[in-house]
Amino acid sequence: MSYIKAEGLSKQYGSGDATVLAIHNMDFTVEAGEFVSIMGESGAGKSTLLSIVGAMNPPSSGKFVVDGIDVYRLGSEKRTDFRREFIGFVFQSFHLVPYLTVVENVMLPLTTVKMSKKKKRVLAEEALDQVGLAGKEDRLPSQISGGEKERVAIARAVVNDPPVILADEPTGNLDSSTTREIMGLLQRLNREGTTILMVTHSQDCAAYAERILQVSDGRLIGKDES
Amino acid sequence: MNLRDIAFKNLLRRKAKALFVLAGLAIGVSTVVALISFVDAMTENINHKLEKYGANILIVPKTENLSLTYGGLSLGGVSFEMQEIREQDLTKIKSIKNAANVAGLGPMVFGVVNVDDHKVLLAGIDFKANWILKPWWKIDGTIPGEKGVVLGSETAAVLGLNQGSPVTIKGRQLIVSGVLKPTGSQDDQLIFMPLETAQTVLNKEGLVSMAEVAALCKDCPIEAMVKQISDVVPGAKVMAIQQVVKSRMEALAQFKKFSYGVSIVVVLVGSLVVLVTMMGSVRERTEEIGIFRAIGFRKSHVFGIVLLEAGFISAAAGIIGYIAGFAVTKGAIHFFSESGGASIHPNLELIGGSFVLAVLVGLMASVYPAYLASRMDPNQALNAI
Ligand SMILES: Nc1ncnc2c1ncn2[C@@H]1O[C@H](COP(=O)(O)OP(=O)(O)OP(=O)(O)O)[C@@H](O)[C@H]1O
Ligand SMILES: [Mg+2]
Repeated sequence: MSYIKAEGLSKQYGSGDATVLAIHNMDFTVEAGEFVSIMGESGAGKSTLLSIVGAMNPPSSGKFVVDGIDVYRLGSEKRTDFRREFIGFVFQSFHLVPYLTVVENVMLPLTTVKMSKKKKRVLAEEALDQVGLAGKEDRLPSQISGGEKERVAIARAVVNDPPVILADEPTGNLDSSTTREIMGLLQRLNREGTTILMVTHSQDCAAYAERILQVSDGRLIGKDES
Repeated sequence: MNLRDIAFKNLLRRKAKALFVLAGLAIGVSTVVALISFVDAMTENINHKLEKYGANILIVPKTENLSLTYGGLSLGGVSFEMQEIREQDLTKIKSIKNAANVAGLGPMVFGVVNVDDHKVLLAGIDFKANWILKPWWKIDGTIPGEKGVVLGSETAAVLGLNQGSPVTIKGRQLIVSGVLKPTGSQDDQLIFMPLETAQTVLNKEGLVSMAEVAALCKDCPIEAMVKQISDVVPGAKVMAIQQVVKSRMEALAQFKKFSYGVSIVVVLVGSLVVLVTMMGSVRERTEEIGIFRAIGFRKSHVFGIVLLEAGFISAAAGIIGYIAGFAVTKGAIHFFSESGGASIHPNLELIGGSFVLAVLVGLMASVYPAYLASRMDPNQALNAI
């Protein structure tokens, strides 16, 4: 059985005349350890799809299962716990907390975990080390570059070692050499066993993935391109 | 890092907002503290004065005759030819409902005696009770024993007697043990001796002519006590001596009510300030709360962060509010009370109370903002950015 399995997934926003069908009857699977990129024109429904995969956005209909867990049958708090344990998010606009230092931002996913402060700090420093940010632990997000912010975001996504990483245009704001570094980082994480789903507009980035899901107008088309 | 750290760091970042909430609560708390301690100090002051004021209830025999004295001027010879009260009836006063408020009970027996060629009014009194009933009394000499008398200052002058002079009353050889300093009252014209001796001298064993009661009142109902005493002492007329102090007590009671009202309003305004500020702060933090929720903070964690912040500020506001309120009261008392009669001291109950009040109000006013924060949808919160 596949690690991630979507069946008849639909998502509709609003109601009446203002209804938008962002996702329409999608079926797909992702195996453990896969690196999948999601492509499609603006407004196609990529972010919506990613948020459903990220257990943050209940679909209007359909079933979504990760590791045998029917995610949207979980209660709200249990689903939050699922998010914390299974999913690492990397957002396009970084979404760092401005008043927390780099290392504190990375520690965030551990905040509600029972663990000594020291252990949390060590884990966060290791994650920062992985993304090449050792030595910048105590800076504020406003004191580092865009590429560095993206790395902090990645470090935060991996600090609690989740099996899945979801990235929405992780390189959208970065120049090409920084983009290559970030993609290399994601590729390394993937090789270490993390399942990655990444939304991107860039063919170059998509090339790092093993498979591309092409989304158009809320539907999957031309499945299983490689 | 834990939730507390996050709450604390957020407060430090939004100092202006935090200070605003702090001020809103602290002003509320300090107003309450100031009003309460001001009223307390004034009440204590008045009670103190009340104690010095002496007797405030009179028990006299019921009589058919109207008084023939006015302002100490006697217009006839009958004013003391009256019925008496039985002394043992007075002991029942100890069992009235407000018995605890009775600070002193002074039975007195009166009779006219001849000293040399003068007719003088002899009063048998309870010298011990007198310290409470007539605290202004000052005696040159000592309190009389069985064979002693104390003379009013005018009596002493008229009779030409001093401390140590022998005096004969109804055939008994007695000694003047002391002379009362002028009191400006009728007491100056009397001869005093211990109640029992006087009862024997006047052939009025077990009888008293009147009694004075000093009722100590914080909130004690003088009128009710008058009624209670009338009920247990039959054949007596019980009267309250109206006092300036009493009206001051009433004014104070009014002020107390008013200050409770003001306190409630100020605390309400303070909690509104907290509510509005916290709502604004929660709205401003949409992105951050979205991040928290996305990376696995439960609703209850977000709720907790907001309440922790409110708790930190409120605790500080409680302490600052108490200190400010205390200082204001100290200033106000200095300003309002002449001759420094009233004073205030740090009051543990009030310190604890203002702390609890601040934290309670701060938390309660933050429950709704915290609820809103916890209900934020992470997906929408992050999409909106
Ligand atoms: N919260 C929402 N409420 C209503 N409509 C929404 C909401 N989020 C997305 N949509 C709509 O759903 C459709 C898909 O949006 P989505 O953000 O998933 O597109 P996308 O593929 O990520 O586009 P882009 O490449 O521009 O990020 C769009 O038409 C969008 O307007
Ligand atoms: Mg998008």
